[in-house]
This record gives sequence, structure tokens and C-alpha cells, in this order.
Amino acid sequence: MIAIIDYGVGNLFSLVSSLRAIGVEAEITSDVDTIKKADKLILPGVGAFGDAIKKLRDSGLDIVIKQEVKNGKSLMGICLGMQMLFDKSFEYGEYEGLGLISGEVVELKGDIPENLKIPHIGWNALKFENESPIFKYINEGDFVYFVHSYHAVNCEDNLIATAEYGRNVTAAVQSGNVYGCQFHPEKSGDIGLKILKAFCETE
Amino acid sequence: MITKRIIPCLDVKDGRVVKGVNFKDLNDVSSPVELGKYYSSCSADELVFYDITASSDGRKLFADILKEVAANIFIPLTVGGGINTLDDFDRVLKCGADKVSVNSGAIKNPDLIGEAAKKYGDQCVVLSVDVKRVDGQFRVFAKGGREDTGMEALSWIERCVKAGAGEVVVNSIDTDGVKKGFDIELLKLVCERVNVPVIASGGAGGAEDFVELFKEIPDIDAGLAASIFHFGEVKISDLKKILNENNINARMIQNV
Repeated sequence: MIAIIDYGVGNLFSLVSSLRAIGVEAEITSDVDTIKKADKLILPGVGAFGDAIKKLRDSGLDIVIKQEVKNGKSLMGICLGMQMLFDKSFEYGEYEGLGLISGEVVELKGDIPENLKIPHIGWNALKFENESPIFKYINEGDFVYFVHSYHAVNCEDNLIATAEYGRNVTAAVQSGNVYGCQFHPEKSGDIGLKILKAFCETE
Repeated sequence: MITKRIIPCLDVKDGRVVKGVNFKDLNDVSSPVELGKYYSSCSADELVFYDITASSDGRKLFADILKEVAANIFIPLTVGGGINTLDDFDRVLKCGADKVSVNSGAIKNPDLIGEAAKKYGDQCVVLSVDVKRVDGQFRVFAKGGREDTGMEALSWIERCVKAGAGEVVVNSIDTDGVKKGFDIELLKLVCERVNVPVIASGGAGGAEDFVELFKEIPDIDAGLAASIFHFGEVKISDLKKILNENNINARMIQNV
């Protein structure tokens, strides 16, 4: 069973449907026992960083997630969920993240040419930067769906994929059993389902 | 590089897709779920569902069908039609919509876009606007294109984007249904005015019209159409191939 961590933000409906479509049982939960029993964890997220990390901390689930990861359980952060894996974010202030992957989250604005629209929204091709088990069913150049205005930087050591949007934008990261996708696998058609399937099969 | 998006639009009444759809390989041509799956499998980049139901019973049916569509389609889903309040946003987002399209609702209550963007994020709020030339001016029309609001379209669009609309669907009443191409003049002006994604609607008659659109206006993000896709005049996977042959970046998928 995959636990989709519910800390009161975002629409988790399509994530559950995606996992169901690949035959994986998933539960939206904030219950510590359920999270501990789960085979793997997914940390979703939409909205603003400060608000989301506060809700996660207030629920006490940040500690539970860190402990489970330490015990060897695989974790995938998606979109804002990925951004929360890093040390820090500068979205409307300065906030401390979970610190599971080194790097920080900054505005796209100023980091990409001015003529490009923000948010970075739509389908973009993945460029592999490093091997990762979550890519075992897909190929370089496959398209995934992005919607974001902030991006992760200074995370070269853990970078596994980028997408070209006026520069190489962090698309996916991995540090051991911790994975992060800036794009939405649950909105990326068959390619997204294949990434989720590969994640569900990680050791 | 980000790809140009191709978006089929489906009108739903009482839980069924209307305006006649003509696919040989579908058993139930008016099932939103079947059509959603079909479009998703032939590389549509997004789906738009418009609820054209007037009754509250119809609304309930729409909610049920939306849930079923969302559970079966793993591409972005935009929902419009009858969005007048934040509760309407809530209602369709809870059923699995990713974005909500507002048209007359924003004209009636200009604060709606700002309030929705604050609550759900800019990326969730799509302004849909029907535009027609009147006395040499681009005017905003309401009520499905029947009523001239007297408002100038470009300043209306700019105002809505400033309030928080994350995308704009521009439907030209002048070119809609004529099938002689998109309204390049209007769309160019909109793209010059705002820096959020702009989606062209109204006028596509064939693949060449999409090629013209993306060649003439490199800044435009997407093309939306209904009947030419529904009647199989243009197959989306073929269209994507033609776009790529014309050096327009479009998402291809395997096994189509």
C-alpha cells in the first residue's frame, strides 16, 4: 500500500486514480500508523511553500516522514512536495524545508529569459542527467506535464532529469530512497503512469 | 522546449456529450468517459469540458460524470460552464478538475477571478472570453456570444490577467464556425498584451490552420477546437505529426 500524505493541501484525487490505474492500492492519510505500515510514501502538494510546510510541521508528519525515510522507506515528492524535500525555499520569504535533499527553491523569474512565460506550464521533454530506477520504463525525450513558478537549484549532485525552458530546469531528483518530481506524473498520461509504476517497484 | 498544446473541447448536457460526435471506433459516441479516453490515447494535451446544462439535476449529473472522467484520464482537465461563484469552483475542483474556466461569471462579478486565484492559485483560473468586432473595436460578448457587453476586449483581458487569471482562452465569434482559420489579428494583439499562456479558439478547419496559427504567432501556446476533432476531419495524432514536420514543437506519443 502506498500512503499519500494528507496534510490539508491540494487535490489528491487524480493521484489516487493514477495509482489505481496501475493496480496499486493507495490511501490518502494523515494517520501515523498507516504511514508506518505503508510500503512507500508520496508527498503531494500545491499552493505556496510557506503555508504547506507549516501545515506539514503542525501535523507532526514531517518527523514521521523523516523517520520512515531513515528506516529505508521510499518517498516521492511531487511538485510542491518535491520542493519541500530541499533545505530551503525563497517563495514569499525564506522557509526551511525537510532537508532530505540538498539544494534550494527559488523563483523562475530572473533565472529564465524575460520573454518566457511564468508559470512554466505545459508539456516538456525530459533530459536525463543521471540514471534512476524511476525512469526504467521511459525514454529520454518523453514528455511530462509541468505547472510551476519556482524551481530547485544547487542540487546538481542529486539531479536525475531536467527540462529545457530558457535554461535547464530541475525536473527530477533522487537521493537514495528519496525521489522528487517537479512535474505531475499523475497528469502526464502514460509516461507519468510508467514513472509512478517504476517508483512503486523500487526496493 | 515546451510544446504547443492541442485541446479538444466537449460540450456536456445532462451528462452526455452533445453536438454529435462521429467516431466509428467508439461504441458510445456521447459518453464523456469514452471520448475522454479516446482523446487522451491519441495525444490530446488537455481536455476541456463545458457544462451547458441549465437545470440543477443536470448539474448533479455533470458532477458525477466529471468524477468518472477524472478517474480515467491522466492529462489536465479544464471545466467551464456555469461558473459564477467560489462555490462553483469548489464544486468542480472536488470532482477532479485541474483548472476552471470562467466567462460570463467574471463579467457579472469582476472580483471572482481575483478571489479564485487567491484561493486556488493563478494556474487554476482560466479566463474564457468571446470576442467580436463591432464598429472597428474588439468587444467582449456575454451569454454564449449573444450579448454585447460594450467592453473593449483587450483591456478586459489585461484586467483579468492582472487580477490573477493564469491562462486566457480567446474565442473569436467572427471566425468561429467559418472554418477558414483562427483570428490571427485578434490573437496577435492579445499575445502582445499579456504574458500568460493564450489559447486560440474559433475558426480551425484543418491542420493547416494550426500550422498558420503557430507560425504567425510564435507566442501562442495552444489551439482549441471542437467539431473538427469530433467529426474526425482532423485526427490529433496526424495534426501533431504535421506540426512537427513544420518545425512546430508538439508532443507525440507512441502506439498511435
